[in-house]
Amino acid sequence: MEPCEFPHIGEHLAPIMERHGGDATRLLQILREVQDCFHFIPPEAVSCIASHLKLPRAQVEGVAGFYSFLSLSHQGEYRVLFSDNITDNMLGKPELMQYFCNKLWVEPGKVSEDNLVSVDSTSCTGMCDQGPAALVNGWPLTSLDRNRLDLIAELIRMKKPVAEWPAMLFEVRDNIRRPGMLLGEPFEPGAGIRAMLARGAEATLSEMDVSNLRGRGGAGFKTASKWSFCHAAIAEEEGSMICDVGGNPERFIVCNADEGEPGTFKDRVLLASYADLVFEGMTVGARVIGARKGFLYLRGEYRYLLQPLEAVLARRRAAGLLGENILGETGFAFDVEIRLGAGAYICGEESALIESLEGKRGRPRNRPPFPVTSGYKGRPTVVDNVETFACAARIAEKGGAWFAAMGTAQSTGTKILSISGDCARPGIYEYPFGVTVEEILRDCGAEDAHAVQVSGPSGTLVSWQEYGRRIAFEDLPTAGAFMVFHRQREMFAAAHNFTRFFAHESCGFCTPCRVGTQLQKKIMDKIAGGHGTPADLEELKHLGHILGSMSHCGLGHSAANPVLDTLRKFPGTFERKLKALSFEPAFDLDGALETARKITGRDDEWAHLS
Amino acid sequence: MNDRKKVRIASCSLAGCFGCHMSLLDIDERLFDLLDLVEFDRTPLTDIKHCSPCDVGIVEGGVCNAENVHVLKEFRKNCKVLVAMGACAITGGLPAMRNNIDLWDCFQEVYQYEGGLEGGRIPNDPELPLPFDKVHPIYEVVKVDYFLPGCPPPADAIWKFLTDLLAGREPKLDYEQLHYD
Repeated sequence: MEPCEFPHIGEHLAPIMERHGGDATRLLQILREVQDCFHFIPPEAVSCIASHLKLPRAQVEGVAGFYSFLSLSHQGEYRVLFSDNITDNMLGKPELMQYFCNKLWVEPGKVSEDNLVSVDSTSCTGMCDQGPAALVNGWPLTSLDRNRLDLIAELIRMKKPVAEWPAMLFEVRDNIRRPGMLLGEPFEPGAGIRAMLARGAEATLSEMDVSNLRGRGGAGFKTASKWSFCHAAIAEEEGSMICDVGGNPERFIVCNADEGEPGTFKDRVLLASYADLVFEGMTVGARVIGARKGFLYLRGEYRYLLQPLEAVLARRRAAGLLGENILGETGFAFDVEIRLGAGAYICGEESALIESLEGKRGRPRNRPPFPVTSGYKGRPTVVDNVETFACAARIAEKGGAWFAAMGTAQSTGTKILSISGDCARPGIYEYPFGVTVEEILRDCGAEDAHAVQVSGPSGTLVSWQEYGRRIAFEDLPTAGAFMVFHRQREMFAAAHNFTRFFAHESCGFCTPCRVGTQLQKKIMDKIAGGHGTPADLEELKHLGHILGSMSHCGLGHSAANPVLDTLRKFPGTFERKLKALSFEPAFDLDGALETARKITGRDDEWAHLS
Repeated sequence: MNDRKKVRIASCSLAGCFGCHMSLLDIDERLFDLLDLVEFDRTPLTDIKHCSPCDVGIVEGGVCNAENVHVLKEFRKNCKVLVAMGACAITGGLPAMRNNIDLWDCFQEVYQYEGGLEGGRIPNDPELPLPFDKVHPIYEVVKVDYFLPGCPPPADAIWKFLTDLLAGREPKLDYEQLHYD
């Protein structure tokens, strides 16, 4: 047996364990800190954490293995992860990443021999309007070019701590191009809570009902209904619930800031510059459903927002907007805790997010029961998107009718879009619902756009023939992503990128999705490599049917959307890549013998395949 | 005697263990019923070396070397219907476990670290099939018409599959014949 690499790990971990108080729901947070400390999770740490939290070792290792920002094997002291979204790729990510690797003498996906640096790709980091982007030890790098990479490589060679790197490397701009009622109008912290207290919680729920606000995460469930279901939820097993003096079960309110859908970055801007609005909405929601505790689940990629957000929370506590007896109202207590994710798209699904909050792998639960009756720790829980809470704060302040006056019949209010790709002015645009794709393209300066991917890979591909379509739940529902493709772009490349994304992000729980996304990627790789045939297109359609109908959750259901949409709307982009044959091997037969030819030194006729 | 023209079947094992063929033999006395309907071309039972035009080709095992490709292509060229039988043919199976190991490491382990007939040298005889750097399922090399799963597929599943095919029905296996634990 190898000698123990970290024999005194217990001493190292003691302060971390103490800070988290042996609370197993904080396992993910603990593992994040261990990763920061050692640049990976040593096996000794897994054992130590398991015994401290009284969890099976396999569970700790399972969680550590699930999240892509945690690693069970050595990573470089500097871990540089390039954002692999299609928009980053269109801005030159593949060449830049290769350039950077060459400069540092490291292969993508591997650790340099001196354990100094590792370079790899990661799913979209939410900086699409200022890409190509990357993360270094979890901190975002934006607008990368060769000059910046030269500087970064130099800083790494000099072993300068990331905290001492020039601030301009980490500058993240809001790029708000078109503000509306959420982003454009001034907001005084506390205004929403005051109005709600004056009106009463019941009446505020009625205002929410009148506003007809629907969830901004993309699914569009009516928020007032969600809140009232949660408010009405009763303890299923009497006695097992923690109840307050009135006999009501403990409830939770959760803000879903796991903005993982590639191409979406509006929540980042809301949290960076409108956090008061978001926390205000959570506080209003807490009063309506009767929650005393809330969580903000912040995606790991937005870790840089943690301290600023904590500062906003501290300021709100000092101003009496959080904590006990909020704004002097006796018995109105509420506070928010921020929990960080660690690179898992699936945690944007609300039940997977709750699992993750509980310190487990982000695996979607069976539904029903829905979180409104059985969520965090089995208690009634409301999970809403960042933008939904921001809207709720405005509605509490200004009333439901004011809100419902904007937008369309079934989609009231405004929608914040994050626009990226081939346009002159990428960034944040807020529109009343009902706006056409054409108007948006005009505003953002997109000329000769061939297609738009609305709501990310799991959304809809809109071709140039459909630019009259509208952003609304009635037509094109969206969580906010709006990626523009110029007519010279190869649409196949986008679909290929998205299949890679889904294959990477499948949680692995159900077979149709775990295997289906891999097979889909394999066929797309085969076509990209010039080995595709018409039979492969049929197979893709068949796979799409299986994924869509047999998967456990929305990830699998939508994982074939980009391929199926592209096949339907841009068949040429596939057909141009196909070999005009009925069948073609999936790999280069002769090339696959090259290694053995080298090893054996053979070059005879039997050592080749034509 | 049955005057009807018999269906001609060929079979082979590539990177497999012949376990699927053993399972085929497990149809026991039904082999006689089968022989009324079919005649065998190249199979491990007949010892014919090359495949001639056939109705059905059954392939066990994945593709791990250049010779496998020649055999497989010959089957595809000659067989109207090609069947991938068993886990190795369908996915690469057990032999594909070497796919995570570098081919150079495999060679060293086999020929250099352990004493052998070659005196520590890596053999380079053209008669030896040259291995691929990875083991592949057969559908990556030729078009496959049917997949008969299992490790090995149970005799009853093989029997059901063949009788369906011979009767001109689309082969269909019941849940029990696809359920292995």
